[in-house]
Amino acid sequence: MDTAKLEFLRGTLDVLILKAMVWGPLHGYAISDFIRRQSDDALLVEEGTLYPALWRLENKGLLDAEWGLSENNRKAKFYRLTPEGRRHLRQEVKTWEAYAAAVAKVLGATQPPLPEELA
Amino acid sequence: MRPAPLWRRYDRLLGPDAAADVKDELHFHLETKVDDLVAQGWCPEDARKEAERQFGNILAIQRVGERIGEHMDRRRRLTAYWADALRDLRFTLRTLRRDAGFTVIAILILTLAIGANIAVFAVVNILLLRPLPFPDAHQLVWIAPAPQKCGFACSTYSADAYNRFRAESRSYQDVTGYFAFSTADNLRLMGHGDPQPATGIMVIGNFFEVLGVEPALGRLFTSDETRHGARPVAVLSNAYWRRQFGSDPSIVGKAIDLNGQPTTVVGVLPAGFDFGAVFSPGAKADLFQPLILEDTRNWGSIVTMLGRLKPGVTLAQAQAEGTAIEPHLCFSDNSAVAGSCGFYHQDIYTMRLRTLKDYVDGRLRRSLIVLWSAVGVILLIACVNLSNLLLARAAARGKEFAVRGALGASRGRIARQLLTESLVLSCAGAVFGLALAFLLLEWLAHQGSLALPLLSSLRIDGAALEWTALTAAFATLLCGLVPALRMAGGPLSEALKDPSAGAGQGRSHQRVRSLLVISEVALACMLLVGAGLLLRSFLQVLDVDLGFQPDRAAAIQIDYQAHDPAQLATILQWILAKVGALPGVTAAGMVDYLPMEQNREGTAPVPKGSGINANNLPGTLVYVVTPGYFHAMGMTLRGRDFTWDDRPKGPGVIILNETVTRFLFPGQDPLGKIVSADVDRQIIGVVRDVHDSNAENQPSWQMYFPQTQMGPAGMQLVFRTNLPPSALASSVLHALRELNSNQPAAAFRPIRSIVDHASSPRRFFMMLVTAFALLGLVLATLGIYGVISYSVTRQTQPIGIRMALGASTTHVQRAVLFDTLRLAVAGIVLGGAASLASARFIAAMLFKTSPFDARAYVGMALALLSIALVSGYLPARRASRIDPIQALRNN
Repeated sequence: MDTAKLEFLRGTLDVLILKAMVWGPLHGYAISDFIRRQSDDALLVEEGTLYPALWRLENKGLLDAEWGLSENNRKAKFYRLTPEGRRHLRQEVKTWEAYAAAVAKVLGATQPPLPEELA
Repeated sequence: MRPAPLWRRYDRLLGPDAAADVKDELHFHLETKVDDLVAQGWCPEDARKEAERQFGNILAIQRVGERIGEHMDRRRRLTAYWADALRDLRFTLRTLRRDAGFTVIAILILTLAIGANIAVFAVVNILLLRPLPFPDAHQLVWIAPAPQKCGFACSTYSADAYNRFRAESRSYQDVTGYFAFSTADNLRLMGHGDPQPATGIMVIGNFFEVLGVEPALGRLFTSDETRHGARPVAVLSNAYWRRQFGSDPSIVGKAIDLNGQPTTVVGVLPAGFDFGAVFSPGAKADLFQPLILEDTRNWGSIVTMLGRLKPGVTLAQAQAEGTAIEPHLCFSDNSAVAGSCGFYHQDIYTMRLRTLKDYVDGRLRRSLIVLWSAVGVILLIACVNLSNLLLARAAARGKEFAVRGALGASRGRIARQLLTESLVLSCAGAVFGLALAFLLLEWLAHQGSLALPLLSSLRIDGAALEWTALTAAFATLLCGLVPALRMAGGPLSEALKDPSAGAGQGRSHQRVRSLLVISEVALACMLLVGAGLLLRSFLQVLDVDLGFQPDRAAAIQIDYQAHDPAQLATILQWILAKVGALPGVTAAGMVDYLPMEQNREGTAPVPKGSGINANNLPGTLVYVVTPGYFHAMGMTLRGRDFTWDDRPKGPGVIILNETVTRFLFPGQDPLGKIVSADVDRQIIGVVRDVHDSNAENQPSWQMYFPQTQMGPAGMQLVFRTNLPPSALASSVLHALRELNSNQPAAAFRPIRSIVDHASSPRRFFMMLVTAFALLGLVLATLGIYGVISYSVTRQTQPIGIRMALGASTTHVQRAVLFDTLRLAVAGIVLGGAASLASARFIAAMLFKTSPFDARAYVGMALALLSIALVSGYLPARRASRIDPIQALRNN
């Protein structure tokens, strides 16, 4: 599978970004790094998608931003989850798990379904 | 994440910069990527290229970031602003609640001022600003000779003149007109129990089309219905249709009985069309019938003309054309004698076009502007007053502000707090003012007796609401600005240092407050002078010798159909004898048109054999009267009255007014002279001039014909009583009914009410301006009292010292009163000068009163001085009661 071509499902990127900040504030580069590494290089977030998404989340009040110094001593903009962002993340994770389980059930089917009235 | 070092915190010193933030953020990403690639073994140049390639279109991303950033920034600022505003508001409400007395007075003052402003604006809007309620109303033109002293009689044209004007003029889409001399209740509607009086107006067939009025039901007149011998038709006014026919839509096409004549109702007009409101204020019009021009060509000048200009034609062009056409207009085209068609005389008839709007509101424009200015002045006074009160409060709260300032509140914030206070007060004033204006307009719209056009359509509309908002904003600024600037401008710490609330600041405060009071007094002064002048004018109008005595006389419309003059005379004589014999009635007579209501004009009488051409004389008002009329109206007659013996076949007799006889027979006794009117007639009497249109106009030429020699005409029965006229209403009506079962239950009108109606606009304006002046006076009094009282409180200690040093009570009192008078005199001088300067402005509204009338000015000065003394007396008394020991012990 061509990992670079893996398209994000609509709304999935937002959850991944929020998840990245669960353990503390991160700047944009670290967020994309986190997603890449956690997915074993399967998911690559392009800068052109990442930053607008971050700004949108900040604008919605799910993220808070603050300027600080990065590990390589550069001025960087760090994002952290707001309480509302944390709530939103929990909600989205739940939704995603239910969705994934449902999809998995369907895809894992080994035989045609029984007629409805017998099930 | 490590916190940014100290210096980093200053790179947004000049405020947030969303664009730079985005750039920095993306730049950081790029650099870190390059670092990573280099760490993986790329050479620096290649690493940078690779990083940039991966990044893609960096500028596009930047733009997205900037947009989102700006948006957030704006929202942040707004949130902060509203949070501040909300805090200010909450704080203001708390302080105002604590100081309920002040709040109530402030809101009351603003309510009165803003309410009056809204109400007057609604009137001004409907009369001056808004177009008339017709489509493309700017095209409508009133076509009449220049305004004359004789009212309608000199502003009308004959049917033939109308026809010719319409045929020859090219400026108009169409020209129309209506019969100018319909009297109220000129019709009887039969078949609904008692005959019901109704007012019918005869209009030229195309009248509604020219105005652009579409029927709500049915149709308008067809051209067949405006020809000689057409079956009678009528169009109902919406109000009459609702009132008389219970909004029955099936009335269209049915025949109703008007004066015994079956008349088909062809249509109902829309509710938005109110003939009386536009063309004859204070009158009602129930139904409209086509004016048959062929039948009325011999009635004289009876048509008021109006036209709708073609698009693009200016009033000046139409005027030039009208001036050119007018000399060709014939009074009567089918005159039996060739060449004597009766041209309109150029000395009297000089056509002057005006827009219909100008005709409707022209007379009122000046009055309305004066009224508008008066309420504007009231608003100013109220704001100055409030500004003063707020300033006093602010001074008293000097310490509070000083503490807030010391705690870091900027002057801007403190000024904003003060402005919030005046905003809250103004808004409350605006809300209550709106309610007040609503009540006022509701009341005004139902003043049917007031001869002002379009009154019934008064209401609070969008424009009035906008005006309210504007007034409130204006009041906010005006009330709040001076205190805000004073408090924000002065050294705040002063108040903290000085335990007595800042003596230095106090003194300069006092100066500002004195200036405010002086301007308040000056403004009130202008209002008082204006009101005084209008009041004087009104008294002059009441004083005018009308030529008749309106009190204890009343008129009622009677209706009697008889075609033989001799027979009619017998019946009228009988009716008059019957009415005259009723207990309480001292005289009774009849006339065709009552003065100050309607009139018609005829050719002037000329002394027989004098060779004077009657066409060179002014048109003369014609009245047809019965014996007893002069006595019933209380007119002064020299010579003899008509008698029932002045038979149709007997020698012709006539009575003229003094203006006519003075002109025709200078230095001679006119009695017994023969004049040529319709026929040769002998002058048997001379009556005093009667004011025929209203008390302010000069009486015009008037002649009186005996009813016995003139045939039937619409009749007004006038009777004089020694009881209040209304007490006789039922007995007179009863007597009339007995004699004539067809007598409609017509309105019974005291002559006084007719005279009052004619002067009602003047009375109305005078009363309003007087009310405003009184309000201004009260506010100015409050202002003076406030300032003097405050200054006494502030000077408790110095006064105490002076008293301890031997100053007497009267001495102290005199000093305080002197302070008061100084303020009042300064204001009076200033206001008097301003009044003199603006006198020309009000001169046009005055009647027999000079705009420099000494009595008005002296009265104003005395009123203000005495009010000032009263308002200064209370603080003065308080000052003289100061106990020196007590005053010195404090502090």
